[in-house]
Amino acid sequence: MRYRTYHDVPGKDRSQLAHQVAAQRARVTERLGAIDRVVAVMSGKGGVGKSYVASVLATAASEAGKAVGVLDADLNSPTVGRLLNAGPLNMTDVAMLPAVGDRGVRVVSSDLVLDEDAPLRWRGASSEEFVWRGTLEVGMLREFLADVEWGQLDLLVVDLPPGADAAKDLMTLIPSVAHGLVVTIPTEESRRSVARAIQAAQDVNMPLAGIVENMSAYHSPDRGEPGPLFDGDAGAALATEFDLPLLGRLPLRPGRSPADAVGDAPGLVDRVLERLL
Amino acid sequence: MKFLCIDCDAQMEFFDRQEPGDGTFAAAFACPTCGRRVAMLANPMETHLVGSLGVTIGGNTLDQDPLHLVKSHVEGAEGKLAGHGRPAWTPESRSRLDRVPSFVRGMVMKIYNEWAMERGISEITPDVMDEARVDLGLEEM
Ligand SMILES: Nc1ncnc2c1ncn2[C@@H]1O[C@H](COP(=O)(O)OP(=O)(O)OP(=O)(O)O)[C@@H](O)[C@H]1O
Ligand SMILES: [Mg+2]
Repeated sequence: MRYRTYHDVPGKDRSQLAHQVAAQRARVTERLGAIDRVVAVMSGKGGVGKSYVASVLATAASEAGKAVGVLDADLNSPTVGRLLNAGPLNMTDVAMLPAVGDRGVRVVSSDLVLDEDAPLRWRGASSEEFVWRGTLEVGMLREFLADVEWGQLDLLVVDLPPGADAAKDLMTLIPSVAHGLVVTIPTEESRRSVARAIQAAQDVNMPLAGIVENMSAYHSPDRGEPGPLFDGDAGAALATEFDLPLLGRLPLRPGRSPADAVGDAPGLVDRVLERLL
Repeated sequence: MKFLCIDCDAQMEFFDRQEPGDGTFAAAFACPTCGRRVAMLANPMETHLVGSLGVTIGGNTLDQDPLHLVKSHVEGAEGKLAGHGRPAWTPESRSRLDRVPSFVRGMVMKIYNEWAMERGISEITPDVMDEARVDLGLEEM
């Protein structure tokens, strides 16, 4: 005997799972209605300055008079809250209020809900954690988007963890809203790794605003002129390979806070904003 | 998911949901034609997997708390987010609340929340529910 299919059985699905997931999505969409533009700062490679660039961009846009939020999507290694000196967050009955950082940038990060230096630990963790960890991470991102009273924003900057998976997760949550902004350092290793991430982003149809090359030069605290740091020209090479604009180059200036680095890449924020239209 | 009574070729009807212990989630269904009853038992891993979607089998008619998933699944987050807004519900108290008919559930939850907030209680456990019920003289909730 062949059973009927799920859809052949006309009765109501009392598990209501699909219904609830749809309601979650609707909540994200509703919240995003008040957000003009979303840019996700990404890279295939770790440690290239994604969080730094995200912070520079956010403070620069804020200085230019825009209402700006930053969502730290690096749940396991949150950094952007610190880079922006974000204060504490608050809860209301219906939503979380973002913390406020340098230049009034609104920040939400897992940092703010974890104990000092504690890792992100899931309750009920077991040997099967791998089965549901990814689902929880996407769920946490969803709540950071939907359950936060972002208010009206001109720009939401999302700081992604290294690799391409997070960009894909973001695209499932907010398809056709987010642009990617790709960060690389000049080296050949970085070029290879970032090239993979760009293709992965293209696989999920994420539009890319362009490329920022970080640590293009070394700006020592005591010498006036920036000098070379890494070999390579990955920013320009990736721009050519993928037909994307190289939106700016940022020197490495040890100890410089992102809010002060705005002038180090003149015009960067304008070029990024222009590409998000 | 749907449950089909093979003998009657009829969709079985959901009639009960329980968390009987050790992380098991139980949903019970009955055939409207022959009356046969079955319980689906999900093991802790399966229960957790569904919970990680931020959904409840059988549906959720309430407006969920903001950051419901973070509060219930991230260690330490509860404390960081507590003291603000509504108290948190433990899974046990939550499933007890789910036995209340859906059309009054929101109101019942509100009564418990207010009772707890007045006393500075940040987490609603079954014990807190018992205490509130006695205090408020609400034996049926
Ligand atoms: N242009 C720069 N000038 C000064 N410091 C910088 C610059 N770029 C990055 N840094 C610093 O280098 C370190 C690594 O940068 P950052 O954390 O932004 O990298 P990331 O790509 O976000 O790393 P991860 O892959 O771990 O997320 C940080 O301490 C950051 O403050
Ligand atoms: Mg980072």
